[in-house]
Amino acid sequence: MRKSVLWWCSFKPSLKYLGAGACLSLIWVANIHADTVFVTLEKDNALAVVDPGTGKLIKTVDIGQRPRGIVISPDNKYLYIAASDDNTIKIIDAETFKEVGRLPSGDDPETFALNPSGDRLYVSNEDDSLVTVINLADKKVLKQIKVGVEPEGIAVSPDNQWVVSASETTNMVHWIDVKTNAIVDNTLVDPRPRALGFTADSRQLWVTSEMAGTLMVLDVKTRQPIKTIKFDVQGVSADKIQPVGVVIDKDNKRAYVALGPTNRVAVINAQSFEVEKYLLVGQRVWNLAFSPDQKRLYTTNGTSNDMSIIDLDTQTVTKSVGVGTYPWGVAVKP
Amino acid sequence: MNMVHYWRAMWGIIWRELWRFVTQRERFISALVRPLVWLFVFAAGFRAALGLAITPPYETYILYEVYITPGLIGMIQLFNGMQSSLSMVYDREMGSMRILMVCPLPRWFLLLSKLLAGTGVSILQAYVFLAIAWFYDIQAPWQGYLLIMPALLLSGLMLGALGLLLSSFIKQLENFAGVMNFVIFPMFFMSTALYPLWKIKESSSLLYYLAQYNPFSQAVELIRFALYGQFNGSAFIYTLVAFVVFMVSAILGYNPSKGMMMRKSGV
Repeated sequence: MRKSVLWWCSFKPSLKYLGAGACLSLIWVANIHADTVFVTLEKDNALAVVDPGTGKLIKTVDIGQRPRGIVISPDNKYLYIAASDDNTIKIIDAETFKEVGRLPSGDDPETFALNPSGDRLYVSNEDDSLVTVINLADKKVLKQIKVGVEPEGIAVSPDNQWVVSASETTNMVHWIDVKTNAIVDNTLVDPRPRALGFTADSRQLWVTSEMAGTLMVLDVKTRQPIKTIKFDVQGVSADKIQPVGVVIDKDNKRAYVALGPTNRVAVINAQSFEVEKYLLVGQRVWNLAFSPDQKRLYTTNGTSNDMSIIDLDTQTVTKSVGVGTYPWGVAVKP
Repeated sequence: MNMVHYWRAMWGIIWRELWRFVTQRERFISALVRPLVWLFVFAAGFRAALGLAITPPYETYILYEVYITPGLIGMIQLFNGMQSSLSMVYDREMGSMRILMVCPLPRWFLLLSKLLAGTGVSILQAYVFLAIAWFYDIQAPWQGYLLIMPALLLSGLMLGALGLLLSSFIKQLENFAGVMNFVIFPMFFMSTALYPLWKIKESSSLLYYLAQYNPFSQAVELIRFALYGQFNGSAFIYTLVAFVVFMVSAILGYNPSKGMMMRKSGV
């Protein structure tokens, strides 16, 4: 947006003086929309800070060994980053990037989820088949819940009723009641469930299955599948279709799914469950995050070492920005 | 001889060329079918499903058909330039060239008018092609569609001038097959129209240099950058210099006292 505004300003010499003020204010408006994107770099042991407005890498900061999962606190003050080889989740000041604390995540943390009020963190412990519940106020483990083999994806419903953990090998999602921190139900899903996403109204849970190459939509009330979505990317063999990250917009109009080695993000109509479009991004697209105004979507592209910026109004990929080696997780600060 | 004469002559030549183009529906269709076959068939077959590495002016990963679109616009202009030269040979054989040449205006002016007429036709073809490509989901920023106009003008003039230069060498219509084999194909395939320079470099450094210094490559890059709202300075200068060289050579080639015409007539 900013670029096109600048272009317009530079190509309208006759309106130079009249329009100068308007142009400046437009640029200012464009700038205040710009958010900051944080990308964990698994191999560089670092965090990349990107300005999506200009599409430029601002800086890279050392963050710990093998950083993967990343979540920002609801007040946007802290970043929680799973430093897998340090066996901890680090609390990082989102302004200074200084470490302000560590959480007892258990061994090799990868994915975790924060509850809506930002006071509890739920961590998947893949090797121990556990979900660890951490109370952020005192940084203590509240409970460890036994789940299926190799838990990976984890999500908390926006209404803070459910924590759902997906176990890759058991091929199940486990429904944990937030109040009791106990499993109340399990749903069998397609092979190797990877990532989970709740709709904003907490009525549906979307589950990607990496090995099956599918996406299942579960009804939260019945906890049963209501739809299985298949992907078919023209010119790409079926074995490459490995859905991972999934996000659904706040109006429940469209969902976006990262399709791993197909290098594409699928755009799905969240009402009809039809795949509308496939957008070409970098290689092995892994995780996704919306901009705060949900006008853009950011992707981490693992093996092409960049992130892509998708304009959601036009449904086009506008830019891919080199960030560092093996970008993994992504979080956005307004 | 005043400006009105010049204007009337130029307009007459341009109008004749445009009129000929529009009325010859087969030519209009065939001029479009060629790049469209490349786009729909060739590009589909070679569709780099995993995308191409990012090279300017592109800012993200693109599909192969997006990459070759500016190259196919270049192809439209290349064929058009050569076709204009073909029509010059035809005009010469049919005698209409004589009418043009007895016009009391400078020969260079007549040749330039002829060139502008051919370029106008090629720009028309390019826009129709871009419109079809737009529906095929090959869409550039809107300003690119405006900025491509001057790029198309210069590249069209350059390729047209090359055609004119060649036509001064060709005596008969039958020789056009030679132009096809020795000019159009090498120029098209040894360029950045179908594959980026870095890809060519991977296989052969000689080909890389040939492609880089091929004026057609530079014209394609000028078009490619313009379509994405950017200006490629080096491609602009290279294309401009190539145009001047070809044009001056063509004017000399058509000079009855010195040029190729005299040599061909065996005087």
